[in-house]
Amino acid sequence: MAEKKIKMIVAKPGLDGHDRGAKLLSRIFAEAGMEVIYTGLRQTPEMIVAAAVQEDADVVGLSSLSGVHNYFFPRVVELLREKQMNDVLVVGGGIIPKEDIPGLKQAGVAEIFGPGTNTETIVNFIKENVRK
Amino acid sequence: MDTDYVAEILKGSPRAISRVISWLENDDPRASGCMEKIYPHTGRAYILGITGSPGSGKSSLTDKLTQKLRSQGLTVGIVAVDPTSPFTGGAILGDRVRMGDIAMDPGVFIRSMATRGYLGGLAQATSNAVKILDAAGKDIILIETVGVGQDEVDIIRIADTVCLVLVPGLGDVIQSMKAGVMEIADVYVINKSDRPGADQLCAEVTHRVAQDVEIRARQWPPPVVQTVATENEGIDEMADAIQAHRSYLEQSNRLIDKRRERTRDETLQMIHYELFRAIKAYLSRDHRMDQLVSDIMERRENPYRLMHRMLKNYLRLPESDISLNAD
Ligand SMILES: Nc1nc2c(ncn2[C@@H]2O[C@H](COP(=O)(O)OP(=O)(O)O)[C@@H](O)[C@H]2O)c(=O)[nH]1
Ligand SMILES: [Mg+2]
Repeated sequence: MAEKKIKMIVAKPGLDGHDRGAKLLSRIFAEAGMEVIYTGLRQTPEMIVAAAVQEDADVVGLSSLSGVHNYFFPRVVELLREKQMNDVLVVGGGIIPKEDIPGLKQAGVAEIFGPGTNTETIVNFIKENVRK
Repeated sequence: MDTDYVAEILKGSPRAISRVISWLENDDPRASGCMEKIYPHTGRAYILGITGSPGSGKSSLTDKLTQKLRSQGLTVGIVAVDPTSPFTGGAILGDRVRMGDIAMDPGVFIRSMATRGYLGGLAQATSNAVKILDAAGKDIILIETVGVGQDEVDIIRIADTVCLVLVPGLGDVIQSMKAGVMEIADVYVINKSDRPGADQLCAEVTHRVAQDVEIRARQWPPPVVQTVATENEGIDEMADAIQAHRSYLEQSNRLIDKRRERTRDETLQMIHYELFRAIKAYLSRDHRMDQLVSDIMERRENPYRLMHRMLKNYLRLPESDISLNAD
């Protein structure tokens, strides 16, 4: 059997209009050997989950700068569960106030990485926690 | 309880389609059993190839063409192939960025694939994904692939109709001619026709097509259509050109011939890779191959003789077929 590649969806939910950060992260994950499906701006949770199903993603990475995380991130987890994709690792990043983090984790987001997190930390977290 | 993936695929379940494509990608042993059961249900879909340089607008065209096909009541499967980095083994698959409008349509299934280093070849891997979408009931299957290397030219051979996308300002025509890509096109699409130089490129391609001895000898003169994918312009013309080519193939029986050739190639290739894999696995046991290589290096063994002996011992074919001199 060939070595299993980690497939990751990188999505930017919400309406803010620039995606330099998400693109940069996509490149970093690809350089770490992952197959990154970059979905672009203005993704709804439904679009993200449809992509995760069709691509059979192992990881969904959500980046939010516009304060929509409290709705969007848990909604993605919920929709994934509806599709019986409970084993998909959901991680988040962007500008997220500390006090929101426990709630997001409670909702099933595995980890939240704030701005300036060492990218190696993120990559290692994914490699250790992704479904095997 | 185990999911019956084959039954689920035949019902069109996105979850089952996508899981079995993953098995194919990972050379998971479960894939081949599924493919065997799925095969009788394939052969219904029409397969379209869209190829061209990176950034020429293939994904944008795929998006618009899919909307057009959907408006005609057809369901669509999309396989978008992008290169794996030879350095990191990773890949960025960005085709979905242009396909936002069709992402939520239940009549559309989009799968991104990286070129990886597929055991049976990229064309084989792509072709298997196409077969799954075909069995799942998709009417049209679109393969998007970058047209540069040999591998990509190969993938495109799985398509019934090939659209080659060219854009002004890339020196694309010259490059494509060199790579032998130009000849594979059934329809030329001049995209980004809102850009300067598009009319000139269109004229140049039309001229080349008219001059090319090999293309001229064919019964199907490939049309040249102009599009602006981002503005949804020229998409009807592109769809009409594809439909015209399809009608030509169907009415002239060329479609059957084409698929017959493809079936022959594919079958031989499958056997080729499986034989190779099996013999390699056998020789790799107990360091047998290492020993043989040492023997060959020290000239105690001879690779030509060894090859002949391998074939003779492990294939039950008539002697005349495995003779080194047989043609
Ligand atoms: N001006 C112009 N830009 C286009 C056109 N079609 C696509 N693009 C842009 O070209 C870029 C690459 O398009 P994409 O569809 O991703 O190309 P691909 O790499 O061949 O799949 C994107 O920024 C598109 O918006 C067009 O007809 N005109
Ligand atoms: Mg593309």
